Amino acid sequence: MKSFWSITLATLAKDIRLEWRSKDALNAMLFFSLLVVVIFVFSFDPLAEESRHIAGGLIWVAFLFATIVALQQTWARELRNQVLDAYRVSPAPARALFLAKALGNFILVSLLEALMAPLFVIFYNLRVLGPAWQLIPVALLGTWALVVNGTFFAAMSIRTRSRELMLPLLLFPISIPAVLGMVAGTTSILTGENPAHFYIVLLLTYDVVFTTACIGLFDTVLQAE
Amino acid sequence: MKKAFPIMAVLTALLLAYAFYQAMFVAPTDALQGDVYRIIFYHVPSAWTAFLLFFINFIASVQYLASVKPSTQRAAKWIVIAIGMVGAIAPFIPQVQAQLPAGLYPSSVATTVLAIPVFYFLMGKYFPGQDLDVLAVTAAEVGVVFCTIVLITGPIWARPVWGIWWAPGDIRLTSTLVLWLIYVSYLVLRRFSDSAQTQKLAAVLAVFGALDVPLVYFSIWFFRTQHPQPVIGGGGSMDPRMLHVLLINWLAFLCFAGLVCWSRFRLEKLRREVEEAEALESLLEPGSPAAQTSKSKVALSRGSQ
Repeated sequence: MKSFWSITLATLAKDIRLEWRSKDALNAMLFFSLLVVVIFVFSFDPLAEESRHIAGGLIWVAFLFATIVALQQTWARELRNQVLDAYRVSPAPARALFLAKALGNFILVSLLEALMAPLFVIFYNLRVLGPAWQLIPVALLGTWALVVNGTFFAAMSIRTRSRELMLPLLLFPISIPAVLGMVAGTTSILTGENPAHFYIVLLLTYDVVFTTACIGLFDTVLQAE
Repeated sequence: MKKAFPIMAVLTALLLAYAFYQAMFVAPTDALQGDVYRIIFYHVPSAWTAFLLFFINFIASVQYLASVKPSTQRAAKWIVIAIGMVGAIAPFIPQVQAQLPAGLYPSSVATTVLAIPVFYFLMGKYFPGQDLDVLAVTAAEVGVVFCTIVLITGPIWARPVWGIWWAPGDIRLTSTLVLWLIYVSYLVLRRFSDSAQTQKLAAVLAVFGALDVPLVYFSIWFFRTQHPQPVIGGGGSMDPRMLHVLLINWLAFLCFAGLVCWSRFRLEKLRREVEEAEALESLLEPGSPAAQTSKSKVALSRGSQ
């Protein structure tokens, strides 16, 4: 039997290749978050000072909605041709599959953020007053927080009626501390009024706690029959 | 047991009436807030009851997940015992004691943590197998009702006292709201998934919700320190007469919640039995002698709970 990491990497490579050939999810996410940004620009017409205070919230709301788009096709793709059932009977550990899916989503959402963040800067005339490098740990940890729980709950919601509706209903309440950490952390870096260290620690704690919980309980969710 | 229910119902009604009388007429009027403060006798007992029910839901869910395999059951048992031991001893160590917030006694922390193994083993004893899941759904449903009462009475009380309906940075209000959201999503999951997997998925979600609670609390606690807050009267000790009435009200609410849970528990068990009986019936061909005999065998155990 192959080792844990080789199974993870094989699944991850398969997902990335699929996405690279179709580019379905990435295009949908990019266009979706572009629409959200444009609607926000029309809805709020802030001064430079105000925009620093609200941009953290707007940018993460746009990414949160776009992430849902990515998460929904994660497992739905595996339902066709009973691929998920094949996974279930295969001797590969369920954790490897989960980790591959979460990493795939993480790469996808990070790519989206890297492409969309400059647009936000242009539309809102943002200039960072705090230590700008701290935006990188906030973004990475925040994305992982959304994606790890999102991948888990997406696997859960494919077992229910009206799947697409279920995922945000399950994900958003649990994600509230992470979203608060991302938004408040980004705002304090943009305005430079408060240190963002606490929020980075909060996001790190959140990530560690829920990554452990997801990996520990994923087998139960996958095998729940 | 079936006869005990009406008797308990009458006793609970009497206790609630007595608690109402105490709250409205006996408890002294607050010097600062006037009579408005009397809503505390409904707000606070509801909150305590809701938290207790969510705690029961969490413990029942953990035990339900652990009971799948004997190995995890053993591991969970020792983990719970270890948590109880550490929680009972640690608050009395001077270094840990210094970390506790002022006004919190080590003995009260130790008793709270000790409640985890006590609840865990009591539930394992009295609610075996599928009953654990029935208990979890019962506790969650009744808990959401009491939590809703807290969220409705909170703003009604805040408006005359603080001058605002809602304080976004207030730690108790916001974390209660998030708790309510988590448990509503738990009930939505149960409603939307109607297969045999529901119970496991719901138990997993309950564990996630419980892990989320401390993170919610700390995130709001820090968020608050950065934002201007309305002056909210905290601290200060309560008049012993008020505390007495508050505890009577809590007792009455607990009895009421217990009664509702009891009846809901029986209803849920009965519903599952009916479902099982129907499934069994549909497997057998209608009219065959096997179906006739099995019909008489599938008797519903009404009452007895």
